[in-house]
Amino acid sequence: MAGAISSGPPTSTRTYQGLGQYLMLPSWVIIGFFLVLPVGMMLIYSFLTKEFRGGVIWEFSLSAYDQFFFDRGLFGDEPAKIEWTYITIFWRSIWQAALATVLCLIIGFPTAWFIATRSGRNKAILLFLITIPYWVNLLIRTISMKFLIRDTGPLNTWLIEFGLISEPLHMVNTNFAVQLGLFYSYLPFMVLPIYASVERYNNSLSEAAADLYASKFVILSKIVLPMVKPGIIAGCILVFVPSLGAFLAPDLLGGAKNFMIGSLIEEQFKGNAGNWPFGAAASMILLSMVLVVLLFYARAQDKGGQNHG
Amino acid sequence: MARKVDLKRFPGFQSMTYLCLILLYAPLLIVMVYSFNDSRSITSWGGISLRWYEDVFFGLEAEKFRAAAFNSVVIAIIAAITSTTIATMAATGMLRAGKFRGKSFSFALINLPLMVPEIVTAVATLIFFSAIGFNAGYLTILIAHIVFCIPFAYLPIAARMQGIEDIYEQAAQDLYATRFEAFKLILLPLMAPGILSGFLLAFIISLDDFIITNFVKGAGIETLPTAIFGAAKQGIKPNIMAISTLLLLVSVVFVTLSYLIGRMGQNKNGKQI
Amino acid sequence: MIKRMDAAIAVDIDNVTKRYGDFTALRNASIDIRDNEFFTLLGPSGCGKTTLLRCIAGFEDISSGAIRLYGQDIAELPPNKRPVNTVFQQYALFPHMNVLQNVMFGLQRLGKSDSEAKARAGHVLDLVQLTQLAERMPSQLSGGQQQRVALARALAPEPRVLLLDEPLSALDLKLRQAVRLELQQLQKETGITFVFVTHDQEEALTMSNRIAVISEGQLQQIGSAREIYEAPVNKFVADFIGETNLIDVDVKKITDGTATCLLPGGTKFSCPAAKGAHEGPGHLSVRPERVTIGKAKGSLITGTATRHIYLGTDMHIDINLQDGDVITARVQNSETANIPEVGDEVGISFEASAARLLVD
Repeated sequence: MAGAISSGPPTSTRTYQGLGQYLMLPSWVIIGFFLVLPVGMMLIYSFLTKEFRGGVIWEFSLSAYDQFFFDRGLFGDEPAKIEWTYITIFWRSIWQAALATVLCLIIGFPTAWFIATRSGRNKAILLFLITIPYWVNLLIRTISMKFLIRDTGPLNTWLIEFGLISEPLHMVNTNFAVQLGLFYSYLPFMVLPIYASVERYNNSLSEAAADLYASKFVILSKIVLPMVKPGIIAGCILVFVPSLGAFLAPDLLGGAKNFMIGSLIEEQFKGNAGNWPFGAAASMILLSMVLVVLLFYARAQDKGGQNHG
Repeated sequence: MARKVDLKRFPGFQSMTYLCLILLYAPLLIVMVYSFNDSRSITSWGGISLRWYEDVFFGLEAEKFRAAAFNSVVIAIIAAITSTTIATMAATGMLRAGKFRGKSFSFALINLPLMVPEIVTAVATLIFFSAIGFNAGYLTILIAHIVFCIPFAYLPIAARMQGIEDIYEQAAQDLYATRFEAFKLILLPLMAPGILSGFLLAFIISLDDFIITNFVKGAGIETLPTAIFGAAKQGIKPNIMAISTLLLLVSVVFVTLSYLIGRMGQNKNGKQI
Repeated sequence: MIKRMDAAIAVDIDNVTKRYGDFTALRNASIDIRDNEFFTLLGPSGCGKTTLLRCIAGFEDISSGAIRLYGQDIAELPPNKRPVNTVFQQYALFPHMNVLQNVMFGLQRLGKSDSEAKARAGHVLDLVQLTQLAERMPSQLSGGQQQRVALARALAPEPRVLLLDEPLSALDLKLRQAVRLELQQLQKETGITFVFVTHDQEEALTMSNRIAVISEGQLQQIGSAREIYEAPVNKFVADFIGETNLIDVDVKKITDGTATCLLPGGTKFSCPAAKGAHEGPGHLSVRPERVTIGKAKGSLITGTATRHIYLGTDMHIDINLQDGDVITARVQNSETANIPEVGDEVGISFEASAARLLVD
């Protein structure tokens, strides 16, 4: 995943010159037909009229977006006020995702650096240990976290046993739990791309800087960080984007009061709300936000590429 | 002589690494440990036993979990085979077929399933199948899984192919092999570790998927993650921990295999090139 | 050396140009490679020699011109339809096949039965003395052994032309010298036309029947080793092959391939001129070993000895001329050798046959 996001179309040899389009055909068809087309369909649905309890009526309507942004009273005849419910949910999601990104960076960067500067066997083992949670089922990881931090879970039990607290800490169903869940879910996504960047870092640059009287702090801030910036940016995107649309952490750890975009969308299709156009509209807004982030990233990368020649 | 300064060391980085590993593993290890808990209550420790594993395989919900596991494995195998085949063709196209129209577009397209948030993919797929009147069921799950497994299978395959110089295929053609023979007899065997690695990762990704499956599955069809989610919504019971531990071990085994196979291939062919 | 003027043309490279975008890798090259010849393409790295080889093998399309193999135009044929085989620079042995399978590969593609292919492969492995290693994997072989397998694999289908792309460059010096002789021997035994690419002039001079010198995509000269060394046509060839002194002269007259010119210091001198040399300022090429040092009186050019460079069996002596140019003489190291001290006034002489007026 990290590799894909950080490298452009690869150079190619010509053994099968002329067959390129045939070889790509299955991917074009499958992804085009079952992902691009559905996203287009979703866009259309967001402009249709809702059918109660799921589905749509094929009539053009702006009501999904209207409902998202404006409050027109219970019967829709009052003057439009700004509807804060959904904007708040989106704002909370952005805020939670940003915080998770920062926390992952604080832990992830030193970890990536430490692993990349180990030698041989140690490096391989540490890297492998980081990789495993990356592939372990997110649902199971989230359930594990919920089990750990429950009021009667092992964490509270131990804290009480050691006399650190007398009453269990209420963590489940709080914003804190959601944050913990996001941070925990996507931490490996931060470490791996930074690791790849540090791997490529040439330590003689640090030596040259030290030779020119730089302290360790100066080396870190003026030499190392600018050099591994591409990895840091890639890591931040890999944490921020899935956190923004996360469903499991807010759903299992957050509960009804700590809704994030993911849970809001899910409720429109699987839950009680059953408002498909509204769910499609919310998905479109989420997708647009992600695209903006990715475009921003692509532009930053283009600039970086030019600088490095 | 002055104390030698190690410029690769920064204070606190080592402790951060250990903290990171503890954070990543503590919840998993605790669930694994508690899955062997003999107590009926999930909070108090009642000694070691395998009773919850027994419960998973033979208990009240065993039938449900067995069916879900069967669905998960069948879907994962078919999705992994299909997406690995498609990804192998795509990697050959991207890395071995020179320039052609639509190449940079193809690169974006293959990576698209990674870029679009999973929940958006889930919504879009649900809407699409509903709009074309396609009944939700096995096939909808399978198609959705194939789509998002493609980039995961593609990554190790393309990485491996990039590491194989095209000189071997040239040598084969020089020795009167057609392009198809050069592919079948030279590139494919050399690619085998990468392809297997891609297959295993695609398998794991499909086996683990919850969000998309949850959206596109038909009524009554459960995969292991949706069954676990449903059960966990009722409250985390010890049998959930046992089944989670099993699924976790499957993931670890597959990722380890994928990793070892990838490395083995490198050692065998990497050196003398 | 046997002259084979009537011999068939094995590879006819006819006015071939190869462009990559704006870059011209090979410009209007015309070369006739004769049947049963050990032919070498020699030039510095990046000169286009490997490009030409890859054009013959079919890995590159030519931009214009024609390549004919025994009279047949092969420009449109894919590599697998051309009766030529290649020994690659890095050998490109199939890592997942053992030695025997590697050697049998081409034979099987040509539709030979397994037993037929096995027999032929065994014969070729015998030829390169690798019979004992037939079951080994390429990764278990030394560099020299891999090189022989590559050779055996390319020879097994009995190609009409064998292309060798710097096959010795990955070997160490000792081994390289031994393999040179073997390659020459193998070419004679098999009677297959060898087209050999190298940047190593010593390799080219010792092995080839004829050599084509290429520089910056441009063919410079084709000839035998002796012709190229002793009668270089231009400054590049003279300078690239061995060491030489380029002496500034003023050419007065050229008649029947003999130039009359004024050496630095004004002495009049006549020597052979390369085809295309013209009157006016020009350069004479004189090899250091053909320069003799003696008394200033009666010599061709006078100057001051400025430096000794000790080279073991030989010694180089630099002589500065009045106009600032330097001429180097190579003197054999022996007790009787007449070696001037640094600072001595000396005279330089050389035979007319040792000098040659070049095309600039």
